[in-house]
Amino acid sequence: MTDSNYEFSADIEGHADSPAAFSDDAAGYYTLGEPLADTKAPNDLPISERWSTRKFEARLVNPANRRKLSIIVVGTGLAGASAAATLGEAGYVVKSFCYQDSPRRAHSIAAQGGINAAKNYKEDGDSVHRLFYDTVKGGDYRSRESNVYRLAEVSTNIIDQCVAQGVPFAREYGGLLDNRSFGGVQVSRTFYARGQTGQQLLIGAYQALERQVAAGTVTTYTRHEMLEVIVVDGKARGIIARDMVTGEIETHLADVVVLASGGYGNVFYLSTNAMGCNVTAAWRAHRKGAYMANPCYTQIHPTCIPVSGSHQSKLTLMSESLRNDGRIWVPKDKADCAKDPRDIPEEDRDYYLERIYPSFGNLVPRDIASRAAKYQCDDGRGVGPEVDGVRRGVYLDFADAIKRLGRDAVESKYGNLFDMYARITGEDPYEVPMRIYPAVHYVMGGLWVDYDLQSTIPGLFVTGEANFSDHGANRLGASALMQGLADGYFVLPHTIRDYLADGPFEPISEDHPAVVEAQQNVQDRINHFLTVDGTRSVDSYHRELGNIMWEYCGMERTETGLKKAIELIRTLKDDFYRNVKVLGTADSLNQSLEKAGRVADFFELGELMCIDALNRRESCGGHFRGESQTEDGEALRHDDQFAYVAAWEWGGEDGQPVLHKEDLTYTAIEMKQRSYK
Amino acid sequence: MSASTTEEAKTGMKLTLKIWRQPDATSSGKLHTYQLADVSPDMSFLEMLDVLNEELNAKGEDPVAFDSDCREGICGMCGLMINGEAHGPEVTTTCQLHMRSFSDGDVITIEPWRSDAFPVMKDLCVDRQAFDRIIQSGGYISVNTGSAPEAHSVQVPKDAADRAFDVATCIGCGACVAACPNGSASLFIGAKITHLGELPQGQAERDSRVVDMLGQHDAEGFGGCTNIGECAAACPKEIPLDVISQLNKDLRTAMLHGR
Repeated sequence: MTDSNYEFSADIEGHADSPAAFSDDAAGYYTLGEPLADTKAPNDLPISERWSTRKFEARLVNPANRRKLSIIVVGTGLAGASAAATLGEAGYVVKSFCYQDSPRRAHSIAAQGGINAAKNYKEDGDSVHRLFYDTVKGGDYRSRESNVYRLAEVSTNIIDQCVAQGVPFAREYGGLLDNRSFGGVQVSRTFYARGQTGQQLLIGAYQALERQVAAGTVTTYTRHEMLEVIVVDGKARGIIARDMVTGEIETHLADVVVLASGGYGNVFYLSTNAMGCNVTAAWRAHRKGAYMANPCYTQIHPTCIPVSGSHQSKLTLMSESLRNDGRIWVPKDKADCAKDPRDIPEEDRDYYLERIYPSFGNLVPRDIASRAAKYQCDDGRGVGPEVDGVRRGVYLDFADAIKRLGRDAVESKYGNLFDMYARITGEDPYEVPMRIYPAVHYVMGGLWVDYDLQSTIPGLFVTGEANFSDHGANRLGASALMQGLADGYFVLPHTIRDYLADGPFEPISEDHPAVVEAQQNVQDRINHFLTVDGTRSVDSYHRELGNIMWEYCGMERTETGLKKAIELIRTLKDDFYRNVKVLGTADSLNQSLEKAGRVADFFELGELMCIDALNRRESCGGHFRGESQTEDGEALRHDDQFAYVAAWEWGGEDGQPVLHKEDLTYTAIEMKQRSYK
Repeated sequence: MSASTTEEAKTGMKLTLKIWRQPDATSSGKLHTYQLADVSPDMSFLEMLDVLNEELNAKGEDPVAFDSDCREGICGMCGLMINGEAHGPEVTTTCQLHMRSFSDGDVITIEPWRSDAFPVMKDLCVDRQAFDRIIQSGGYISVNTGSAPEAHSVQVPKDAADRAFDVATCIGCGACVAACPNGSASLFIGAKITHLGELPQGQAERDSRVVDMLGQHDAEGFGGCTNIGECAAACPKEIPLDVISQLNKDLRTAMLHGR
């Protein structure tokens, strides 16, 4: 998905610590646990020396011993395929799992925009430090600085590796790599392959993975879904997976488990994620002791194609670059909302972004643009088809751009996007203004990991979107691909060896009580879904959960709304377990059964997201609390109270989640509050 | 979301669907007929099947199994024979085909990919692992992580990079095979041979790549190419037929080199 970040240098210092009385909004929904800290980064050293030091200090595994050590990698997107390939090359015994029919289908493939790297090929002042700085600032000072610095450091190696694999990046006439500036970032550091960068990078990683399959170091298990992690003596020692074709419940044991299972945006039902994206792998690990960090941090993208009816199954993103030339408006008068927009005269249109934010206009950051669109539609001035009685869309109009630049120029810049829009909506955007609406796109939250990418379960590592570590409260455009590949190619293979140096671990048998218990859990859940024999389909529950999340834990969150959402989710979840209707059998390809397990986990995650959002009574990055804004309606952080990572421990079936705070301190960067007026 | 739009109700189409139902790989299958009303032209083809499945589920009938994932035309997971055409009447993936391409009263026949090398697993789902095994046989450049030279140490002429990209857009959906009367995967292999063969990094293994990939292709039971061209016509990413010429050229060169 084309990503760009509208980043500006209009920082205003001094607002960040504006005094506010501490309000424990989530009181009664959680218990407070011990503080948490990363112990792996050598934080006493200057930031630029930490990664090289950690790499040196991480113990080595003798090549002859590597083939005695086994690794399970769940997920084959950029973070999973790159890790599995690299660990295979190193000589470990690797098993790679994905729910799709081929590793090449993982949803990294849909990323359009590009991948950042601090190559400074344009000699425009870019550097590792500047990429680090932009990423921490873009994350609204809620990420861990050591991790982000390392990400910026290894970014350059990623480009070298991908070029050597044959990734066909865009090139200049001289044969050297082209770069573009993404959104408002002031340097050109984004490498791209037309609008299909994610596809090309994933195919590169997939080919590297398949090469290791041929070499015999990696075995792939496609159409397999991980349903449980096996923890023995406090260590992750394997997974339970279901063969989605035969239905067989399989036990896979190993010395270490890596989750690269992606993000959980589908908790909202409608998102730009693929249909199968789910939280199950991460959530089952959470229930076994892995903390979930900052689950409420969600990125919502303002330029998606709106919902066209109740049949909608997913949302499609269009490049944010459209906002460079398109003008966003809604009718001033509600009575005009159903009219043909071409019949609405100029004086009856409200170009609301240009009106409210005169200096940045249509180019305000994603979250501001998204929220503003929501406000217009909530106010009854949305456009497009009525779905559930509300029109949720705003116009993105290119009439002025076509007049100014000519149709050909607009076509050469945005032709492919216009075609995509026309294919999906049946409308010609050269003639009729486009309609857009925000959609969930990416989650910054995920399983808590230390500097080694190890979760709170020893031997369970987490990479890519599935972990929380690098993007803070908001992710910069073109940084998701960078993080996935950084983790898989260049970080995890170094840090995991320090853990594996203690191995091989004592062999465990399939009748070990922990294994049997994990198998039984999986079997019980499946049996339950197949025997409820209720009246409602899995999808209908998922859609209703998504509506609750979108309404109360979406673009704007409030104390009242979140508390209401928690009650609604609990009631719906209860009904789901008693009244869901799943047909078919356990021992066959059964897509309703697959979905039932995923939706069950989304209920629990959704509740935790609301509790996390309720606790964080500040606005930061993609998290906007109605109670925490400036007089101008801008997001207001409270660094004095919330400069921490909220890492949640599973509190048991009927217990409350336990909050562990990891304080965020910055030694290499100064915290600032943004302003876009 | 319960209420649909009034616009939809007005334009709702009635369709007759003839869908291939097959319980598993070992059973035989046949076409079943279903009636579906109130189909919105704004639905994607797969959303239309979602609606059918909700109705079947409510009636206690097993929903139709079909594959899809990204639903934005890039992952390659979806793919159906629609009225005998791979991905249906438009040049796009099944997930990007919309119901406005059909009319009220239409009879639509929906079948899985047709190819011995892609056995049916259930209903409309097929097993395409043969494609993965073809890639394993040589569809890559051998470079271990960390051993890559500086990216700018090798220049790649822009036209070669552009050509490599054009054919690297293959999504591995298998429409080329399903459309080919011979069940050949030559377009799939030709795209990969051309992608890697256009780049300086891909030269070292160029001869072995084509020989090994074709060997695997034949071992998987794909048919031979007789230049019919149905594959390129059905390809949702418009991979051109001339990649097969490149494939043959690379094979001749490899044989001259004694492979």
